[in-house]
Amino acid sequence: MNKFLEVKNLSVSFPTEDGVVRAVDNMSFSLEKGKTLGIVGESGSGKSVTSLAILGLHKGSSAQVSGEILIDGKDINAMQENEVQLLRGNLMSMIFQDALAALHPYYTVGNQIEEAYLVHNKVSKSVAKKRAIEMLDRVGIPEPQKRVDDYPHQFSGGMRQRAMIAMALSCNPSLLIADEPTTALDVTVQAQIIDLLRDLQKEFNTAIILITHDLGVVAETADDILLMYAGKEIEYGTVRDILQKPQHPYAWGLLTSIPRLTGNPNKPLAAIAGTPPSMISVPGGCAFHPRCSYVSQVGQSCSSSIPELVPVAQGAHHLVRCHLDAPVRGEIFKNQVAPNL
Amino acid sequence: MFSYLLRRLVSGIVVLGIVSAIVFGIFFILPADPARLSCGKTCSEELIVKIRHTLELDQTLPVQYGRFIKGIFVGRTYLSGTPAELKCTTPCLGYSFQTDQPVTALLKDRLPATASIAFGASILWLLIGLSSGIVSALRRGTWVDKFSQGVALGAASLQIYFVGLVLQFIFVNKLAWLPSPGYSSPFQYPLDWIKQMALPWITLAFLLSAIYSRLTRAGMIEIMGEDYVRTARAKGLNNRTINMKHVLRGAITPIVTVFGLDLGGLLGGAVITEYVFNIPGLGKLSTDAVANLDLPVITGTVIFSAVFIIVANILVDLLYAVLDPKVRIQ
Repeated sequence: MNKFLEVKNLSVSFPTEDGVVRAVDNMSFSLEKGKTLGIVGESGSGKSVTSLAILGLHKGSSAQVSGEILIDGKDINAMQENEVQLLRGNLMSMIFQDALAALHPYYTVGNQIEEAYLVHNKVSKSVAKKRAIEMLDRVGIPEPQKRVDDYPHQFSGGMRQRAMIAMALSCNPSLLIADEPTTALDVTVQAQIIDLLRDLQKEFNTAIILITHDLGVVAETADDILLMYAGKEIEYGTVRDILQKPQHPYAWGLLTSIPRLTGNPNKPLAAIAGTPPSMISVPGGCAFHPRCSYVSQVGQSCSSSIPELVPVAQGAHHLVRCHLDAPVRGEIFKNQVAPNL
Repeated sequence: MFSYLLRRLVSGIVVLGIVSAIVFGIFFILPADPARLSCGKTCSEELIVKIRHTLELDQTLPVQYGRFIKGIFVGRTYLSGTPAELKCTTPCLGYSFQTDQPVTALLKDRLPATASIAFGASILWLLIGLSSGIVSALRRGTWVDKFSQGVALGAASLQIYFVGLVLQFIFVNKLAWLPSPGYSSPFQYPLDWIKQMALPWITLAFLLSAIYSRLTRAGMIEIMGEDYVRTARAKGLNNRTINMKHVLRGAITPIVTVFGLDLGGLLGGAVITEYVFNIPGLGKLSTDAVANLDLPVITGTVIFSAVFIIVANILVDLLYAVLDPKVRIQ
């Protein structure tokens, strides 16, 4: 069991005036070097909060973080802020959704990459600048020696995200968290960025956590998928497991709602009824039950008790959190869901 | 960049033209007759006619305004061709009704005191305002923050004539630590200059640093929530670098803007401060002129302070271009 990243029973809660919000509740997952884990969920499901916790970025805020976050055997959650500072950007780093907002508007792109490199490497400014140019070149910025002195607003959206990636990878981190790296980009640029991440992963053997609500992106890049709902993991397995044999009604809903090119254009798109719950008042029992079409097959327990995260079959690595009995689930999937995929 | 500067200068000159026309127009809207005002106590009808001719008030309004503007740029000569010929050199703003001195000389005379107040006070309020604002933002919610923002709120609610008089009562009258405020040349008597200016500086800085403290605190707290500050943390920077390099840099731009305008406004005359401490500056000059309906002096001081405000505006915009690369490119 020498996993590079192991998260055990991670919970993050925020005290607010309306009560404690459990943004992430008892999450456990792991990731090996060179592999990609896709964390998928709607806005507010706790994806970003999880990733910030892995970088130790909740330290110093009002958030309460419990559980273990082991990177290379070191528990990030048990460390002091100044210890984690030495690892951030070095052992693990992060790229953010909106690169325009995530880059400082008043410093040049080169300056910001140099800064990231200089924090962890005792080198001169000119060496750092060379490194910045090299990184910009590596992520596919044309004329890097010239563009290195540009400000973020002089870059296009795709180039900014490339610059973000260059910055995050400047110290060769072993773990890269990409928080919706392609959401703000148009589709062709999205594909380029995803390709770039994949190439870099091969080159540096980086472990990547890809946070997204785009199942298409995950299908292309991830090895494992973790599905989150209302701060809890509800299904966890390999890409093949989740995309071909999804077990949770929420996963069914997500997968059947994807528009298909081969589908009937006049048929309305399938949607999951209702809206994600407010994290202040999460529904009792299974948080998904108010939106679930299969509650009648289970009855009372959906609204009264929280289902456990259990293997779908004896010894399987594919986990699901649902009250439906495995045989019933299989029947529903076969008859109602699979035909629509 | 150059064409931008040129555009700003031209528009500044247009604004000055409008300001001068409005102020000049006051001469004719006011019920008071300028000739009678400058006539003095032993006045007769003939004398008024004579003065009216001397001051060229018998000309039409556009002609008078034209000559006034011409006087600013090339100077003017009153009663030319007569033995009483009076040459007013560039920039000519006319003569005070009260003292018969050239307005330009009065302004030149009063500027050093006002500039002393403005620059000394601004350094003080920037130091106090910025540092207390930064500390408050970094220690948000703690007693340090509550205390300094409480003081700032109190200070911002007080008035110069109150704070000024209280300080003067304590430090000049009771403790006698300081001489009565006034103005000495900083080049000839630097120590006296500081001692006499200390109270005006402290009074102004007390009120303005409160505003700057709140501005800095609010700006810092806003920037702390920005995505790029989170990025800076994710890089592994320490808190000091994050706060001083990333947060403060993001928050400083609006402070610079307000500072430029405040300083420009003050250079036109720290009216209440000068009045309270009886300092012979531009503000005192203009209030005295208003009290005596000394129209040429009023016109002169208004145009003079308008120049400062316009110049400060242009400088702030130029500085903005230096501070914000997004502005620089356009």
